[in-house]
Amino acid sequence: MSWETVIGLEIHAQLLTKSKIFSGASTAFGAAPNTQANLVDLGYPGVLPVLNKQAVQMAVKFGLAVDATVAKRSVFARKNYFYPDLPKGYQISQYELPIVEHGKMDIILEDGNIKTIGITRAHLEEDAGKSLHEDFQGHSGIDLNRAGTPLIEIVSEPDMRSAKEAIAYLKKIHTLVRYLEICDGNMQEGSFRCDANVSVRQTGQEKFGTRCEIKNLNSFRFIEKAIHYEVARQIELIESGGKVKQETRLYDPDKGETRALRSKEEANDYRYFPDPDLLPVVISDDFIAGVRKTLPELPDEKAARLVHDYELPAYDAGVLTSSREMADYYEVVTKHLSGDAPRDKVRNAKLAANWVMGDLSGALNRDGIDIANSKVKAAALAGLLARINDETISGKIAKEVFESMWSDGKSADEVIEAKGLKQITDSGAIEKVIDEVMAANPAQLADYRSGKDKLFGFFVGQVMKVSAGKANPAQVNELLKKKLAG
Amino acid sequence: MSLSRNDVENIAHLARLSMTEAEATEYATSLSKIFGLVAQLNAVDVSKVEPMAHPLAGQVQRLREDIVTATDEREKYQQNAVKIEAGLYLVPKVIE
Amino acid sequence: MSELHTYTLTQLAAGLRAKKFSSVELTKHFLTRVEKFNGEINAYITITADVALKQAAAADAQLASGKGGALTGLPLAHKDIFCTDGVLTTCGSKMLSNFVAPYDATVVTRLKEAGIVMLGKTNMDEFAMGSSNETSYFGAVKNPWNLNKVPGGSSGGSAAAVAARIAPAATGTDTGGSIRQPAALTSLTGIKPTYGRVSRYGMIAFASSLDQGGVMCLSAEDAALLLQSMSGFDEKDSTCIDAPVPDYSATLNQPLKGLKIGLLKEFFEQGLSPENAKPVRDALAVYEKLGAQLIEVSLPNLPLSVPTYYVVAPAECSSNLSRFDGVRFGYRCDSPRDLMDLYKRSRGEGFGSEVKRRIMTGTYVLSAGYYDAYYLRAQKIRRLITDDFANAFKQVDVLMGPTSPTPAFDIGAKVDDPVTMYLNDIYTIGANLAGLPAMSIPCGFLDELPVGLQIIGAHFSEAKLLNVAHMYQQATEWHKRIPQRYA
Repeated sequence: MSWETVIGLEIHAQLLTKSKIFSGASTAFGAAPNTQANLVDLGYPGVLPVLNKQAVQMAVKFGLAVDATVAKRSVFARKNYFYPDLPKGYQISQYELPIVEHGKMDIILEDGNIKTIGITRAHLEEDAGKSLHEDFQGHSGIDLNRAGTPLIEIVSEPDMRSAKEAIAYLKKIHTLVRYLEICDGNMQEGSFRCDANVSVRQTGQEKFGTRCEIKNLNSFRFIEKAIHYEVARQIELIESGGKVKQETRLYDPDKGETRALRSKEEANDYRYFPDPDLLPVVISDDFIAGVRKTLPELPDEKAARLVHDYELPAYDAGVLTSSREMADYYEVVTKHLSGDAPRDKVRNAKLAANWVMGDLSGALNRDGIDIANSKVKAAALAGLLARINDETISGKIAKEVFESMWSDGKSADEVIEAKGLKQITDSGAIEKVIDEVMAANPAQLADYRSGKDKLFGFFVGQVMKVSAGKANPAQVNELLKKKLAG
Repeated sequence: MSLSRNDVENIAHLARLSMTEAEATEYATSLSKIFGLVAQLNAVDVSKVEPMAHPLAGQVQRLREDIVTATDEREKYQQNAVKIEAGLYLVPKVIE
Repeated sequence: MSELHTYTLTQLAAGLRAKKFSSVELTKHFLTRVEKFNGEINAYITITADVALKQAAAADAQLASGKGGALTGLPLAHKDIFCTDGVLTTCGSKMLSNFVAPYDATVVTRLKEAGIVMLGKTNMDEFAMGSSNETSYFGAVKNPWNLNKVPGGSSGGSAAAVAARIAPAATGTDTGGSIRQPAALTSLTGIKPTYGRVSRYGMIAFASSLDQGGVMCLSAEDAALLLQSMSGFDEKDSTCIDAPVPDYSATLNQPLKGLKIGLLKEFFEQGLSPENAKPVRDALAVYEKLGAQLIEVSLPNLPLSVPTYYVVAPAECSSNLSRFDGVRFGYRCDSPRDLMDLYKRSRGEGFGSEVKRRIMTGTYVLSAGYYDAYYLRAQKIRRLITDDFANAFKQVDVLMGPTSPTPAFDIGAKVDDPVTMYLNDIYTIGANLAGLPAMSIPCGFLDELPVGLQIIGAHFSEAKLLNVAHMYQQATEWHKRIPQRYA
């Protein structure tokens, strides 16, 4: 029997406002417990919510970026349930009339084809606080600093058919919200969270299977693992004659499995109704136009432009635009390198792409640094690449120079100068080295001359070694050939 | 419209209200009476009527500028809490 | 000076400015009376003598320097539903019996800034749910006109305090008649402004789309004076209307010639005995003499006000009162076994039976499978009722009718039958559903118990209502009567 996986994602993205969605308390992360929970966040008797304009603007911005309909009129509703991290006993959210509907997002499949994932809706809501389960005399501690932080909940259509597709979609949304500067995307701190609705059905079957909602997915890796686990679980269950129960399941990263949540809201009944403390949110065309003006070039647009202008491979363009900061960095490098001739431009763009995706990303990953805080700034990297272009150093030496720039913060020229890494292009000097090498390896020379052509590489290596890698490789090749031939 | 004691107990659970059997019995009676009164609403044809959530038509939500106005007043706000520790509100252990 | 309590707020304001007495003297006079009479009436839950005397001294200093405003130095009592910074705020509930609010409600702030002296916090039906002030955790309030009778509710403490002249005026709130009905039952002038005219910030919510703060006092003139300071835009309340507040006192004396008064046909037909109707009809005759024209109008959906209200209000209340969970403030049960036990017992023990009844009613009408049949339907009928009012105001300037179907009833008479109790609000609820301003003014007596005339206006017509009430009070004496024991 063959099975098809069906996945829909619900993404919660905390909006990067200064203050809460309905109160003037700060949203900054990491403050001492309950020091950023004011009367409104605490749900004190008598207090009332007033909507943060910036949160609305950010939600609209997202809507425009995913080509969605921005509702002219949306309504806040109360979702009623009791939980210690929910101070009012209800969450202010949007139910029947969300602010954003009918959006879409393209993902690139493994075979290079493009698939469009539907975005059902994105609505504004307030975040809850946190329950800390360390032991306080057998109690849980409640910190309400996070309560009232604005969120958009982005709900996809059940359009994804594999964990890979789900991850691709999630990463695109993750990239997008950071491009839009509406969310910092920090999954560890919980500012970007995801729940996955997973079901399976027999291939060819039209009706969806019963789905389970998986929560607590706070890294891309976990999400992929959790989906794999859950799909296997459901298939096994059905194949052994069981039935999937619609339920909420929690992913346990330590055990690598999902388990049914001891439902905090057994027989859940949220009793949604329009929040009488808030009026309908009416968004004018002018408001939308104003937000549209703040839209940056979006990742897909940017990638298309890189492909078009620089003839970059689509893969490179995708990687380089995966964050706005990386794309910005990359573009600064290429701008510094821009040669006039179209051929130079394309060559430089590819050179820069290789370096940004290669050595630079490697160093950033190794040291756990964001590209925005890179120890080698874009202009400095361009300075290094320029030295490759003008043959001052070889590509190999450049890697060494880069490492020094990374650790010392010096410019490429300073490092080259200080370490005497300047390439040797004087043919006399190179010939001298070749003579030394030939003299030192008479046996190899004899073998070579008797027809062992493969030894050519040995001589190149020896010359480079003796010249400490500084000899111009092209010249070394040319002169060696001549000299070895006798 | 008549509610049983069982109905009342279910509602009381949803509303998180403890209740004695005697209370549940009394509420079954009084809530049934209230829903008897409310049943008058069924006589009206509302098929073409828009629901009304706010008494003033045409008013729309005002938007606040994104400015932090609150300062830390935890100490004052927690004076009304019965059980706190290290700035946290304590509740019997939450099991997920 | 021993008769200071017999004066209206307007007269007291004039006396203060003329330096006939000081605010401290005036405040002490009222505090002495509170001490003497509160025991038998139970109008106050908290008496804030120290705060009052401090505020009075500050007011006297202001008056002496010629800086005071219209309200500077005048004492007043706040319904205990308004949060008062550093002062016990109970909302008439065991749930909040130890709750010291950490902030002032906007109404409290505005009156404080206007120089008002706070005498204390008045008793009320628990969370404003009641029409007799018998659901208070702090005990029933007695009607100063007859101590065996209820003062009405939910602003029963405010009503009794002013009626017994142990406060010259008081704030109230009105969700389904909670200012007007007690005003009628204790012979006061009470006004519930248009929804959104007075900020709800700091007013502990019962039903958010219906609640509105207002005043209870001795004359329309006094009401104009207080409402002036209380009204107006507040950025902390999203439902508060950003519109200028007219000068209510300036138009009090406009002649009523040509005024079109709509008589609510349904009110006179529904649950009103001829004896009860008589004082109201007499008042209408006075208006005719003042040049007004009486026109009978029909609001066909108005009889559905009570059932509509008893879906909408409990629905909102069930959600509004979820915040009382024993965690951050309010009553917390002893040694909870687990989280569920904490919730259920804190709420089960902290709320009184009527509050629980309404929470359950509201929980039920919002629950899965019942929302459309109850809540949504009620919201639609709410629109029909509102449209009925709007149509009526195309023909007439104000609507008039009784405030309450009967005068004050015996304490204990209706406590066991919630539906009978709910029907007390049959005439007042319509204005809340439609968000209209409405008043009750004294218009006579039946069996030595006060009867109120209700005046309902179009949105934001408070100035007109106060004018209409004031002209009647210029022509009659009912509002000047004082219960003999408290004269």
